[in-house]
Amino acid sequence: MSSAGRKTVLGALLRDPMGAFGLALVVLFVAMALFAPWIAPADPIKLNVTQKFQPPSLDHLAGTDQLGRDLLSRIIFGARTALSIAVTSVGMAGLAGLILGMIAGFGPRWLDAILVLVFDSLSSLPMIMFALAVITVVGPGTGTLILVVVLVSVPAYARLIRAQTLALAGADFIVAERAMGASGTRILLRHMLPNVVGPLVILLSMDIPVVIMLEAGLSYLNLGVRPPTPSWGNILYDGYTSLRSAPYMVLVAGLPLVLSTLGFTFLGEGLRDALDPRLKGRGHR
Amino acid sequence: MTDPVLSVENLSLRYRVPGGSLQVLRDVSLSVQPGEVLGIAGESGCGKSTLAAAMIDLTGANAERTAGTIRLSGRDILSLGQADRRRMRGRDVAMVFQDPMTAFSPVLTMGSQLVDFQCNLDGVSRREKSDRARAMLARVGLSDPDLAMTRFPHELSGGMRQRAAIAAALLMRPAVLIADEPTTALDVTMEAQIIHLLRELQADYGCAIVIVTHHLGVIAELCDRVAVMYAGQVVEEAPVDALYHDPRHPYTRALLACDPARIEEHTGRLPAIGGRLPDLTAPPPGCAFAPRCPLASDRCRTLPPPRVTIGPGRAALCHEVAP
Amino acid sequence: MLRYAVKRIALAVVILITVMLAMYAMVFLVPGDPASLALGPRATPELKALLRERMGLDEPVLWQVWHFFRSAATGDLGYDVWSKRPVLDQILEFFPNTLILGVAALGWALTLGIALGATAVVWRDTVADRLLGILSVGLISVPAFVVAIYAILIFAVWLRWLPAIGAGNPGDPLSQLRALVLPAFALGVGWVGYLARLVRASLLEVMGENHIRTARAFGLPESRVVLRYGLRVAIIPTIALMAVGLGSILSSAVFVETVFGRPGIGTLITGAVQKRNYPVVMGTVLFMTAFYLFIVTAADLLIARLDPRVRDVLRR
Repeated sequence: MSSAGRKTVLGALLRDPMGAFGLALVVLFVAMALFAPWIAPADPIKLNVTQKFQPPSLDHLAGTDQLGRDLLSRIIFGARTALSIAVTSVGMAGLAGLILGMIAGFGPRWLDAILVLVFDSLSSLPMIMFALAVITVVGPGTGTLILVVVLVSVPAYARLIRAQTLALAGADFIVAERAMGASGTRILLRHMLPNVVGPLVILLSMDIPVVIMLEAGLSYLNLGVRPPTPSWGNILYDGYTSLRSAPYMVLVAGLPLVLSTLGFTFLGEGLRDALDPRLKGRGHR
Repeated sequence: MTDPVLSVENLSLRYRVPGGSLQVLRDVSLSVQPGEVLGIAGESGCGKSTLAAAMIDLTGANAERTAGTIRLSGRDILSLGQADRRRMRGRDVAMVFQDPMTAFSPVLTMGSQLVDFQCNLDGVSRREKSDRARAMLARVGLSDPDLAMTRFPHELSGGMRQRAAIAAALLMRPAVLIADEPTTALDVTMEAQIIHLLRELQADYGCAIVIVTHHLGVIAELCDRVAVMYAGQVVEEAPVDALYHDPRHPYTRALLACDPARIEEHTGRLPAIGGRLPDLTAPPPGCAFAPRCPLASDRCRTLPPPRVTIGPGRAALCHEVAP
Repeated sequence: MLRYAVKRIALAVVILITVMLAMYAMVFLVPGDPASLALGPRATPELKALLRERMGLDEPVLWQVWHFFRSAATGDLGYDVWSKRPVLDQILEFFPNTLILGVAALGWALTLGIALGATAVVWRDTVADRLLGILSVGLISVPAFVVAIYAILIFAVWLRWLPAIGAGNPGDPLSQLRALVLPAFALGVGWVGYLARLVRASLLEVMGENHIRTARAFGLPESRVVLRYGLRVAIIPTIALMAVGLGSILSSAVFVETVFGRPGIGTLITGAVQKRNYPVVMGTVLFMTAFYLFIVTAADLLIARLDPRVRDVLRR
């Protein structure tokens, strides 16, 4: 994609109120995650039992939790936890999907058949059941979360790449270039990548909110990110246990979760509208 | 001459498409007298189906009228509000669609659809509407109308479905019946039966019929008058006998020469008109047919052709036709 | 048709076996073992050995796999490591609760989703359509368990209208119904948005068809054209999709059930995961995956069996 193409994508995204709103939220959360140590007013892990269960005030804008930790700081660092897990796992899944999809599309028939069966099996698994099973075997933690996400989301990426690869593998110019001695993998990458970048980016951006939700949900069940690392799910769990006495805790911890998933979903939708030529009825395909 | 029941005056219409607009109708004028059968002929893409859709105000959301009026029983339908336009459908003007396979909802019985279609008939109970539908099915020649009422469309044969479609259109005794390729989806025997039926019904009910078709044989058998369309324009208009015996516009001549039914000598190949339809996103300044016309001169390519009146009810849009 | 059915069922079985093999492969490949994980670092070797035996992990791995499949085929999913109760008994005890929750959630989501989708089409290309579109996306992206927590806070803690936890008293349908409202609401919210979009897209496609033009040509009011002529056809793929929906909503009920402390498959499996109750987790995963595959396959076969005309509609 040329830089001019990128400009029009960004322009189309900004013209669409939903996409612009999503982009703004995403930028906000990414900034929160990147600059957490500088933005956060306090140490997210430092205990201060004398200050426990303080409702929101000027000292603690979002209040404090049952151990007296500053909630706003925990939420800001929670963004870092959520986004780093989401980006790492989705990125790894994307890469694995790229490789496996190319192998399936370009490799021998029998390998393709096996891979397709594996993809089908993985994607017919209820995601949460699968996550819980993996956690039982491997034990909870950040690594397990990433592993689960990679395993669950690889099939979708691999299928996309496989379809593109199959479509290209038979094309005359590929056969010709191969005959002239070019390496199959290199040709494929060069011709396929421009075609799949759009759909792949859409797919990736649509998966990020799913991962954020999964991380928060599992952390809420105490099966995700281990305390005391701040995670929105952990904070929600802490808030839930003192729902009656400190309702502000779930209120402030739920908000970033809702807003970030909303932001990424809106951004994904906006990107799809801006990138997918079929939906806009212009451009080539 | 009485007032026409349907008249189209200087109608221009375009479709918005990616990267511009298609000028599908360009300055079309036509009129239909009460009880008259008018044929509209032309190749696919000439705008005849769009014209038919415009007559019942059913052009798609991407269509845009740029000029002209359509009068139905003297009223300019395009200036009416949404509700009034809706009220006139089925009652003043009704339509028989091309493909009887897909013209009915697949998940509702024929009976309930035929009752629904009488929604513009006021002060009549559902029971009576059902009776009317049954009677009309019998009238169009369905042997067991009671059974047909309870069937789903796919349970009827193609010919029966087309008869049912005609019955539906006649339910409210419209002043004008528009039939868009009414026989194209049928085989030859069925086609003959449907033509016969239409002729009979026209005699019985006396409604005006507009038949849109690329099939010149259908027009010859049914119509009083013909309008030949090319690239969004009516290029020739004539009484049906006159047109067949003495076509004046070069396009009409070419079209007739291509009709397999009219080829007299034995040749091994079907004649065809050379060249292609002009690009309707940017119609040529002169005559649209000029690039394919054997008579074309320089002025044909640069100047829009005049409308030449040839005789009573006869006109052609051509530089080379003498009055 | 028979060949298709056999193929479809065989595929489901193969997928199920692949899934379980993958699980075993993971247990085998991951360093450390579930028994030590479950007991923590201070467990004695004797205790570990005992637990390994109870989990069936002391046998050679291939024997374990064979043993597991042989007993699973006869409905024996093993025994709870801690309580020694048969796993299948526990699943069958909790499953109806989850099924009721899933059906209730899908039921209200389907009703509202169809209504919103159809409304968007009646008002298509207007501000209302656009707002409904944004609302749908918003609903899809809100995590169900956050909705659940907020719902408890508002309706149970503050307003005290509905119970916060549990599934109601046994034998008291009214209390069970009251206990169902909030979980079903929380679980269904995302599906409302999803279904609204689905119905809208499907309906818009149908609205381009010839029979819609016919209905319009006879002057039927637009709302009637959409609701009676469009929706009747557009709804068929949506209903077919509900089977898949039911399969996956039961699994995603895990979080909602936990938040509401509602006995069900979700609470069963999370409890088991937290206690590393290995056979219960494996059995539940197998059961839920099998249930999901069964529903999806059955729906596929049912659709294929339906009248060919309806089949055409479905294929679009």
